[in-house]
Amino acid sequence: MKKTMPKFLPWLAAGALTLVTTLAHAADTIKVGVLHSLSGTMAISETTLKDTVLMLIDEQNKKGGLLGKKLEAVVVDPASNWPLFAEKARELLQKEKVAVVFGCWTSVSRKSVLPVFEELNGILFYPVQYEGEESSKNVFYTGAAPNQQAIPAVDYLMKDLGVKRWVLAGTDYVYPRTTNKILEAYLKAKGVKDEDIMINYTPFGHSDWQSIVANIKKFGSAGKKTAVVSTINGDANVPFYKELGNQGVSAKDIPVVAFSVGEEELSGIDTKPLVGHLAAWNYFMSIKNKANDAFIKDWHAFIKNPKRVTNDPMEAHYIGFNMWVKAVEKAKTTDPDKVIDAMIGIEFPNLTGGVAKMLPNHHLTKPVFIGEIQADGQFDVVWKTKDLVPGDAWSDFLPGSKDIIADWADPKIKCGNYNTVTKTCSGQNYK
Amino acid sequence: MPSRTPIRAGFLALALALLTLFGASPARAADDSVRIILAQLRDADFDGKTELIEKLVTLDHPRIATILKALSDSRLYYQEEGDRMVIGLGDGAEIAIEDAVSGATLGQVGKRDLDRITANNRLRSLIEDRLASLGLASADPRQRKAAVEAFLRNPDPASAERLRARLAVETETDIKDLLMMALALADLASDDATVRAKAATALGGRLQTEIRGPLARMAAEDGDPAAKEAARIALARTEFRMQMLGWAETLFFGLSLGSVLILAAIGLAVTFGVMGVINMAHGELMMLGAYTTWLVQQWLPVNWSLPVAVPLAFLVAALVGIAIERGIIRFLYGRPLETLLATFGVSLILQQAVRSIFSPLNRSVATPDWMSGTILLGPLEVTLNRLVIVGFCIAVFALLWLALQRTRLGLEVRAVAQNRAMARAMGVRSARVDALTFGLGSGIAGVAGVALSQLTNVGPNLGQSYIVDSFMVVVFGGVGNLWGTMVAGLSLGVANKLLEPWSGAVLAKILVLVFLILFIQKRPRGLFPQRGRAAEV
Amino acid sequence: MPLPRWLFSDRAGLVLLAVLAIIGVGVPVLNLLVPPDNPLHLTAYTVTLIGKYLCYALLAVAVDLVWGYMGILSLGHAAFFALGGYCFGMYLMRQIGTRGVYGDPMLPDFMVFLNWKALPWYWHGFDMFWFAALMVLVVPGLLAFVFGWFAFRSRVSGVYLSIITQALTYALMLAFFRNEMGFGGNNGLTDFKDVLGFPLHADGTRIVLFALSALALAGGYLACRWLVSTRMGRVLVAIRDSEDRARFLGYRVERVKALVFTFSAALAGVAGALYVPQVGIINPGEFAPLNSIEAVIWVAVGGRGTLVGAVVGAVLVNYAKTWLTGALPEVWLFALGGLFVAVTLLLPYGLIGLLRRREATT
Repeated sequence: MKKTMPKFLPWLAAGALTLVTTLAHAADTIKVGVLHSLSGTMAISETTLKDTVLMLIDEQNKKGGLLGKKLEAVVVDPASNWPLFAEKARELLQKEKVAVVFGCWTSVSRKSVLPVFEELNGILFYPVQYEGEESSKNVFYTGAAPNQQAIPAVDYLMKDLGVKRWVLAGTDYVYPRTTNKILEAYLKAKGVKDEDIMINYTPFGHSDWQSIVANIKKFGSAGKKTAVVSTINGDANVPFYKELGNQGVSAKDIPVVAFSVGEEELSGIDTKPLVGHLAAWNYFMSIKNKANDAFIKDWHAFIKNPKRVTNDPMEAHYIGFNMWVKAVEKAKTTDPDKVIDAMIGIEFPNLTGGVAKMLPNHHLTKPVFIGEIQADGQFDVVWKTKDLVPGDAWSDFLPGSKDIIADWADPKIKCGNYNTVTKTCSGQNYK
Repeated sequence: MPSRTPIRAGFLALALALLTLFGASPARAADDSVRIILAQLRDADFDGKTELIEKLVTLDHPRIATILKALSDSRLYYQEEGDRMVIGLGDGAEIAIEDAVSGATLGQVGKRDLDRITANNRLRSLIEDRLASLGLASADPRQRKAAVEAFLRNPDPASAERLRARLAVETETDIKDLLMMALALADLASDDATVRAKAATALGGRLQTEIRGPLARMAAEDGDPAAKEAARIALARTEFRMQMLGWAETLFFGLSLGSVLILAAIGLAVTFGVMGVINMAHGELMMLGAYTTWLVQQWLPVNWSLPVAVPLAFLVAALVGIAIERGIIRFLYGRPLETLLATFGVSLILQQAVRSIFSPLNRSVATPDWMSGTILLGPLEVTLNRLVIVGFCIAVFALLWLALQRTRLGLEVRAVAQNRAMARAMGVRSARVDALTFGLGSGIAGVAGVALSQLTNVGPNLGQSYIVDSFMVVVFGGVGNLWGTMVAGLSLGVANKLLEPWSGAVLAKILVLVFLILFIQKRPRGLFPQRGRAAEV
Repeated sequence: MPLPRWLFSDRAGLVLLAVLAIIGVGVPVLNLLVPPDNPLHLTAYTVTLIGKYLCYALLAVAVDLVWGYMGILSLGHAAFFALGGYCFGMYLMRQIGTRGVYGDPMLPDFMVFLNWKALPWYWHGFDMFWFAALMVLVVPGLLAFVFGWFAFRSRVSGVYLSIITQALTYALMLAFFRNEMGFGGNNGLTDFKDVLGFPLHADGTRIVLFALSALALAGGYLACRWLVSTRMGRVLVAIRDSEDRARFLGYRVERVKALVFTFSAALAGVAGALYVPQVGIINPGEFAPLNSIEAVIWVAVGGRGTLVGAVVGAVLVNYAKTWLTGALPEVWLFALGGLFVAVTLLLPYGLIGLLRRREATT
């Protein structure tokens, strides 16, 4: 017996050592959650964002990781199912214990996960342009608020193209509804009359646009310059533009400015009939800039397909991810409270020039570009804002939210929906 | 950079004359003046560009039209290497270029090495108008027509005289008509009230979009009561005709929506109606047809792709259909509800397969030139692609009907559908017939997919958006009755379109669904119920 | 107290009830009493997950009652589930009170930013728990009764019935997507705060909701088991096997069918009402035809006409879904699709059928 002991002792030691190293290894990574749908209707848009985050993590690891640890991606598939978003968010935060989550596309998915992030004190980076009217302690909104996309676009149409009559066409959900409410109030404040505004909502995936396009044509034949402001969502755009092209509505007669059509959406469309129509974004792939060229090159190398395009939400994740890295380095920890505090005021250069800054309301400063669609599926910038536009969480053009501000930096306020008249903060009762 | 003062046309003419005198080539001089303006184009904002374009059109240079066209098409570039303006030819990352002014070819360059001179919509319309008005005296009637249409968009009193002169010599009747309308439109701005009234009367009943605004303005604000009344009557006539046309248009929209529904449902009418199989993967078979179209377009020019895609899509979908039938459905005959579940599984698998193979992104399927744009059916302007699809639907329906009524296979299919045991006793190989019938239904789904690829997204979700609708059409029409499917599809399409202006697109759809539910409660077997033994299964 | 015969003879059912009792007690203990660093501790994530499965299982039982015992393949049960969910969601919305982001005491947030001035009439009463709880049963039940009464009286059956139930849920989905309907459109109802004064994100509330789900499932199961063992249950089976014969024997087939259909819809409504506070959101996506078909698949996987099978199928399929969407997201639809095909082809009586067959042979 005694003789055999030393024989397996080294094995035991080796085993223990492996165990220790694996444990140590597990503790040596920082987990980054990726909450984007990889199946279902939203997979079209969200899969790209998942790949973007993976690429960013990959690059960060090549640079030596973060706080001396490697980053590790935890990818889950909420399958375009909104309750599943909440469940998967809980899984990421509670089971996987991720330090940060990059995710969501639709407003409803964000609304669904919001209570989970607030309850478990996680951090979510939300990369898509949205309707505003929200500012949570636990969410950083790296996409555009309405004042960073819709209002500059309307200004452009009014001033540069002399548009007098407006069609606000959208898919029937919160983002178009709110954006159109804001635009309607804005247009009326600028003296546009009721009869010069036509509002139209269609269901998701609407595919038969014959009557609506015919109506738009009729509306546009009243002798005043007419434009369509489109908040039509993803899938419905292709048949919409096809119908416009077929009914002979060209961008010269009635331009369409879209807020949800980017390079990625155009790659699934035959762009010939679309040339000259407009889109408003904070990023275009075609903008020449060293940082942008490098980003595009990295993306093509990572995805191993030189034909893939880049788009605005990808830039949003790029900025958000790098800001988070800077904030963690500044806070020297991934502890949510400290990182959230460190985030405010962090600056990071945009891909298109200028520097994005995280504001106390958890929104970014952004440049706004108006681009015209080209035959190759890219946009030509025809107009841009002179300065960066700070994101406004609560619109000044909605009666309900005029008096509300968000400020997470001011110790006297520390609230996402502070009413400046009643001096109270409603909601957000999680501590 | 030294500031370059604009060169006035007169000054230019003088300079040209001088240059000629001193023996320099006048063409060279003209080239230079064009180059000077082009050079300014690079840094100008859109207002500046507008001015520069106005200047360019006053120059007499053979390349002006080409340059403007290139600017309008976003093909005008500045090449830093050589400090010159070039015109790009063709698409892709590497393009051939030629010198903008001389037209000399300059070889291939990468697009990222060129700076595009951007144009916006305002510039494009300006260029189009300027180019068009140059063409009023052109020998080509199409250019003359374009010139008059350009005038209609921007009625500018200064050009009215030129139009009047043209009217005197114009021979083409439709251009003459257009010219008269353009002149009447110009006369609306006349100071003489009788001229205004006469012009308004002449315009009454016309449908062109350009006349309604001015007429409405005149009917509302004209100081002269007679002229005001004339404008009012003219406007009323126009609006009445528009209303009539609007109804006709709605009817056409309904027919075209109906034909899409029929195309989507008719394959189902075969598999569900004739065989009693609920094929939930029907939508995905359409999706396969649409993807086939996309694949074909990767190899063939767009204009030829559809005639090739139709038989190929039929084949692909039919083969997949036969595989489904042989692999799954044949074990489930007589259990229609189980076929529903199994084929639903197949539909999930097909969707995910497409997603894995072609990526979840939508695929861009181009529309051939012969299907783009509009065509006039009498006074009604209809879109060509919809018209083609209506025709295509009729053709598919006719072929299917012939196949079922006039071929041996069709006879066997009907025999098996009516009484399987008896058919077998008569020597019909029912297993083979089942497979072929299912293949036929699936193949038609594939063909429908080709049509859908021209209307909507080609992506993994294509099938799902049509499956509920197609079942509704088949059930409404009466299972097992092709004519029923046709009538049901058309009436649902038209009903939807009639409701839409009144209730909005969503509510129209809901109302149609509710109607269907109520209808089925009243007549459980649809519009044209199947009679006889088969009905009792 | 001796067990009644209808329960005693049902061995699988007794096993199920025992398992439910164990879960109902065990899960709260492991969640609340075991400290978080202990490996046996169940996180709130797991608790809500199991709670969700239990709600799905109750829905599956409701589907199995009409499909397995009455032969009606309803592709619209998700609609009843969602309606129950919406009713309870409306109560939860009203409970938010002034704690919404706009702080409006009456109107939910989505109404405020759509500029609604007053609460629509159908929202009244939902601030009272008892009313909402009643509506959870009444709304789906009434819809099912009206729909079933007309459909069964005109003898719509088989495939036709399946397809119009699908049309029903599809129409409801489109309707609820409309923002004008006043149910929050695509976003649905969310951001709930508390129920009966207890904060929803507190562990205690979660556990109570969980226990209630287990209880509801047990109760729903028992009610269905009892129902099918009564004389009416025999009639049900008779209708399933030959409707015409049952009619000729003098049974008022359409009444029985409408009654059981209504009961099943109310059961689905209860499942939906318990589901909503646990997942924290209800939106029109729940009406999607796909959801109804999935519920049918759970039943098919477990074994139709067994009730226990419905529970087993619902839990297993949903567990697989949770696991696969986390581990191999791309494979999930292949697996689900394959399961549909395999079960219909190879396991016509589901997993329970497989067990019974094995029992019979050994």
